[in-house]
Amino acid sequence: MDVLVVDDLQMHFPLRSIIPWRAPRVVRAVDGVSLRVAAGETLGLVGESGCGKSTLARCVLRLVEPTRGRVLLNDENLTALPEEALRRRRRDIQMVFQDPTASLNPRLSVAATVEEPLALHTPLTGAARRARADEVLEEVGLGASLRDRYPHQLSGGQRQRVNIARAIATHPRLVVLDEPTSALDVSLRARVILLLAELKRRMGMTYLFISHDLSTVRYLCDRVAVMYLGVLVEEAPAAELFEHPAHPYTRALLSCIPVPDPGVEPVRLTLSGEVPSPIDIPTGCRLRGRCPLAQPVCAEPVPVREIAPGHTVACHLV
Amino acid sequence: MSLAALGVLAVVALAALAAPVLLPYDPDAPDAERTLEAPGHRHWLGTDLYGRDQLTRLVYAGRVDLLVAIEATAIALSVGAVLGAVSGYRGGFIDQVLMRIIDTIQAFPSFILAMGIAAALGNSVTNIVIAIAITHVPIYGRLIRGEMLRIRETEYAEAARTVGNRQRRIMFYHLLPNCFPPVVVQATLAMGFAILTVAALSYIGLGIRPPTSEWGAMTAEGASYIVSGEWWIFVFPGMAIMATVLSFNLLGDALRDVLDPRMKGV
Amino acid sequence: MTDLLAVRDLTVHFATDEGIVQALDGASLRVGPGEVVGLVGESGSGKSVTALAILRLLRPPARVLGGRIEFDGLDLQACSEEEMRAVRGAQISMVFQSPRTSLNPVLPVGHQIARLLVQHGAIRPREARARAVEMLREVGIGEPERRARQYAHQLSGGMCQRVMIAMALATNPRLLIADEPTTGLDVSIAAQILDLLGDLGRRTGAAILLITHDLGVVARRCDRVVVMHAGQTVEWAPVRALFHAPAHPYTRALLRSIPRVVGTGEMEPIPGWVPSLLAPPPGCRFAPRCALVRPECRAPVPVRSVDGDHRVACVAAEAS
Repeated sequence: MDVLVVDDLQMHFPLRSIIPWRAPRVVRAVDGVSLRVAAGETLGLVGESGCGKSTLARCVLRLVEPTRGRVLLNDENLTALPEEALRRRRRDIQMVFQDPTASLNPRLSVAATVEEPLALHTPLTGAARRARADEVLEEVGLGASLRDRYPHQLSGGQRQRVNIARAIATHPRLVVLDEPTSALDVSLRARVILLLAELKRRMGMTYLFISHDLSTVRYLCDRVAVMYLGVLVEEAPAAELFEHPAHPYTRALLSCIPVPDPGVEPVRLTLSGEVPSPIDIPTGCRLRGRCPLAQPVCAEPVPVREIAPGHTVACHLV
Repeated sequence: MSLAALGVLAVVALAALAAPVLLPYDPDAPDAERTLEAPGHRHWLGTDLYGRDQLTRLVYAGRVDLLVAIEATAIALSVGAVLGAVSGYRGGFIDQVLMRIIDTIQAFPSFILAMGIAAALGNSVTNIVIAIAITHVPIYGRLIRGEMLRIRETEYAEAARTVGNRQRRIMFYHLLPNCFPPVVVQATLAMGFAILTVAALSYIGLGIRPPTSEWGAMTAEGASYIVSGEWWIFVFPGMAIMATVLSFNLLGDALRDVLDPRMKGV
Repeated sequence: MTDLLAVRDLTVHFATDEGIVQALDGASLRVGPGEVVGLVGESGSGKSVTALAILRLLRPPARVLGGRIEFDGLDLQACSEEEMRAVRGAQISMVFQSPRTSLNPVLPVGHQIARLLVQHGAIRPREARARAVEMLREVGIGEPERRARQYAHQLSGGMCQRVMIAMALATNPRLLIADEPTTGLDVSIAAQILDLLGDLGRRTGAAILLITHDLGVVARRCDRVVVMHAGQTVEWAPVRALFHAPAHPYTRALLRSIPRVVGTGEMEPIPGWVPSLLAPPPGCRFAPRCALVRPECRAPVPVRSVDGDHRVACVAAEAS
């Protein structure tokens, strides 16, 4: 069963035009994305900055209203829910944010932060709620002894664990993680990744894992989708994607990752230039103009083909 | 520095509270035999034209001034905080309307506005409090709106929404307390200004009605005696105003440090 | 081959409200002419402090307590401020993290480069402006004449970093210190920047001290690597030797804790926690977390040679 279905999601931001009669320009942050996450699965969503993955995450959580498309959580249409019903449904879909410091209210203790979702969504009160919160703190490796501390008294790694604790407190069906390890130091990163893997194993969590760090994605994710300028360009099981990347963008991205092994000589597929602005998106394939393999046909709308079981690519040349 | 300020304010507050117990004289009772007496054994700060003990009047005036300042600030802060919070968080049309209201208030020089309101409503203590409160609302409204604009973009504001809070709770439980540190500094400064405003209003006759003593009114009375030499009638109330306002200013900085959430839990 | 830069036994303390932070403890490293040396360590390991110390940019509450920094025969700590200024920016330049915040936001970028050229060379403003445009072209910025007139906020992160590199190389320095030059940049842009640094280094003959926490960056770009932990330099090795035969337990643990894209292999976080620099353990600062710890580790650790140019500050490391 699919926990999450994203159906042709679109998020366009209009830019205010100085010239009143000119049609307003639009930032096409998310431009028609569809994906599915099955129960217990971890789907990785990778892409560089500006590709729209964070916006997509916020659309899935309906923190911003998508301009078009649907988001189905356990077959229920989140995008059509009225305000109050949506608020109640937030019990089942939570998010872990990128910056562990900025995502915690500096005036709330750890206990207050972790108990809040329980207070909002469960009938637990008083001692029962405290007990459950302590349980969650233990699960993320923090221990109930830290419950009365404030964020500034915690280290970066501990803060991120509080973040995770808050997200899993109500046992949500889906946890969206937006770059949860990017702001962490190298040594902390490993710990948090292992924690996430452990929680997934123990509690059967379903994750939508958004990151630009491909090595972390490789470790944690079952399937990976690659995003560029608002659309998905490739989607495949993790091992398949890393061993047989098909789309030129995926290949370029993989070849740029610094490999901690001087003996390995990756074949570099270099993209020229910089990412174009999401206002002026080229027609046809969005990578056209940067892709070293571009052909005239790339100006046509791009077909999505399945080149191997579960492995789809949006490219003319594959 | 801040300790000294705290000390001064503590003295003023204590004196104000304990006045009826500590002081033997009735502030309003005239004593025809002892008019315009210089500071001495029986009247430490001298007497005025009606023979009223200046020290007693000074302390009772302190009660009035402090009360007005605190009440006016409390009202202005509450109203301003709500307006600013709603305005900053919701934005859009509500923001525009509320800000235009605040602009209107701010368009008047604050003292002139206070004068106008006091003149229109009549100069009872309550009306003066209202007048000052109205002129101070924009300060807090703008400050909190500014903070709210910044804070609503933070990740913890987003997290508060993600967790499933209602908007009202996000605004008032999560975000507003984080807006307060700069407000506290502003509030103590503004309290000083409130005292100055009351004093000034009383000085020109639109403030507290006699015979109730008030520092500004006392200074006004004393002004007529500058030339004839009864200096004690205006010097002491003037000094009281200065010391209190200065102490409020110094206290503001100290309070802001105390309210820093990094101090919590230590 | 004499060293271009030699840092020996550098000790730096910071006086803070909470006590003395012993940021550097006998750190040593060498950079030869034209070499690319990677300085690797986690945040807080003292890499940036080392760079700032080399350029004598440390201010109180930082204090240099001991050690010697020699650049091309010149004692950088003993020389006069005037001599130091001649070195800084001209012979040794630095590229910082966060390029956008390192550039002056109110001046066009071309202007900033030109000003630098005028300051350090006897060159007239008009020539300097032309040369600035040339430099922008050399660092791979398209339409350099137009870009030179733009401000920092109008450029992308990658472009800002290219401008920083242009500024750093404008005076043809002998040594370029790059402090985490790719943090915050996308993978592909980061790769381009590192390529650029490497190219320019080779072309101008400048040596590069590349400071980073990312072992992957070091693997392909550096000739030699120096590993730092909690203010101490613990291993020095040619790059292949470091990755294929790491000697220091910390280096090994670090290599094990990185998730890999190529190949599987277990990922194991480094046990324990980074020691507090306020009250660091005596001797080797990795000792409390080390599986091979011995009593001798609590005394100042001697540097042993593992294999030729490969040296390690450890009593327990095996030479294999």
